[in-house]
Amino acid sequence: MGTHENLESEDLKPLPLEDLHKAANARFGGFAGWSMPITYPLGVMKEHLHTRENAGLFDISHMQLFDVAGAEAAALLSRACPLDAELLSAGQSKYTFFLNEQAGILDDLIITRLGPDRFMVVANAGNAAADEAHLRDVAKAFDCKVDALDRVFLAIQGPQAADVLRKAGIAGTELAFMHGFEPKPGWFMSRSGYTGEDGFEIGLPEADARALAEKLLSDARVAWIGLAARDSLRLEAGLCLHGHDITPETDPVDAGLTWAITKPVREKAGFIGAKALAEKIATGPKRKRVGLKPDGRQPVRSDSVLLDINGNTIGIVTSGGFGPSVGYPVAMGYVGKDFAPVGSQVFTEVRGNRIALHVHQLPFTPHGYHKG
Amino acid sequence: MTATYFTEDHEWVRVENGIATVGITDHAQDQLGDLVFVQLPDVGQSLSKGDPAVVVESVKAASDVYAPVDGEVTEVNAAAASDPALVNSSATGDGWLWKMKLSDTDQLTGLLDEAGYKAIIG
Repeated sequence: MGTHENLESEDLKPLPLEDLHKAANARFGGFAGWSMPITYPLGVMKEHLHTRENAGLFDISHMQLFDVAGAEAAALLSRACPLDAELLSAGQSKYTFFLNEQAGILDDLIITRLGPDRFMVVANAGNAAADEAHLRDVAKAFDCKVDALDRVFLAIQGPQAADVLRKAGIAGTELAFMHGFEPKPGWFMSRSGYTGEDGFEIGLPEADARALAEKLLSDARVAWIGLAARDSLRLEAGLCLHGHDITPETDPVDAGLTWAITKPVREKAGFIGAKALAEKIATGPKRKRVGLKPDGRQPVRSDSVLLDINGNTIGIVTSGGFGPSVGYPVAMGYVGKDFAPVGSQVFTEVRGNRIALHVHQLPFTPHGYHKG
Repeated sequence: MTATYFTEDHEWVRVENGIATVGITDHAQDQLGDLVFVQLPDVGQSLSKGDPAVVVESVKAASDVYAPVDGEVTEVNAAAASDPALVNSSATGDGWLWKMKLSDTDQLTGLLDEAGYKAIIG
């Protein structure tokens, strides 16, 4: 038996709470340079379903928090991101990007305004070092400082997440979706996540994180959830994984993410990549990011080439697997715009067999966000 | 007479009257995690030792199951294809994958016994 999967294994960094994951009998694997819990004994299928029905606890300490502070912190972020940071109210979070001059997506981020001169930036693990260098480079022209924080970062996700936190006496359950604050020194908490469910992400010092994890896990509704289920949850929810669904070679227009960039921000054009983005918006997308549902039971994986009925290449799969909640294979990818309407039929070949797929609306499972 | 053999690639082979039943070990199913798709060979297909015979797919990845010996496929387990979770819950029983008529029973001597396999997986 041989597995077609590239697992990283060299020089992986351990998570600060690795001992807790080992005690929970997690199976580890490499991701973005970190040794991450991939699954727990519950298994990916049940972990996924548990999160959709109860509350899943995720250790996402591989992600990077940046504290951006100073008189020109808002101006810096409005330059580095297609965002008007001045217009964010205190406590408001916004999904945004670092773009390059070609409007390619260097990373996707969530930025929360903490106060008049302070913001929290949450970045992806795989891009943390590049993001930090980029942000510091752009920051040279502004009166502000950038701190890469050393925190444990936990996510609790699922319809029971808010009630679990409330019962545990954790402040912040009154937050609406995409809002955040600092409940106590060294803590950052937002109502957000990467599963499509209601939930919270909490950055905090290691000692506090140990106590919090223990307290949350004492609630029968809470279970540790690994990276494998995190991936199937976000794929069903139609959320992009940077490095796969969005990359420096894709832009927000093709990715269908221009909703994250308001019209006044586009018109003001003060951000890196503004000129290229305006041109792309004017010409329209050449290809579009879509959901894909393989017709049968066989999963179609990332990098599978998409074909039209005559065998011409018309796109590529960027994420693919199985959706435990929907009970069928799910995928995401890019297709030429003629194939973008929901219901369009496309094909791929897996091990010499032709498989039909249909363009499916995203998300595959409805979002359960708490809009407040 | 029934004898069970194992391969270094985490397959088990149960031989009875010249017919080998093949599946993946419990260790293998545990490593793979929840299976969601099983692609079986065609009955009548000739397999040589080392040929990919079956593909099992977990939520995350696809894996080949190789033919442990030469032979012709005589039967496949349709139940495993329609319910891949059967391979997780009963890897060495109801979750068998295919049966094959052995071309050369001497090839069996190159396989592992249970003690030899257990020594490999530690």
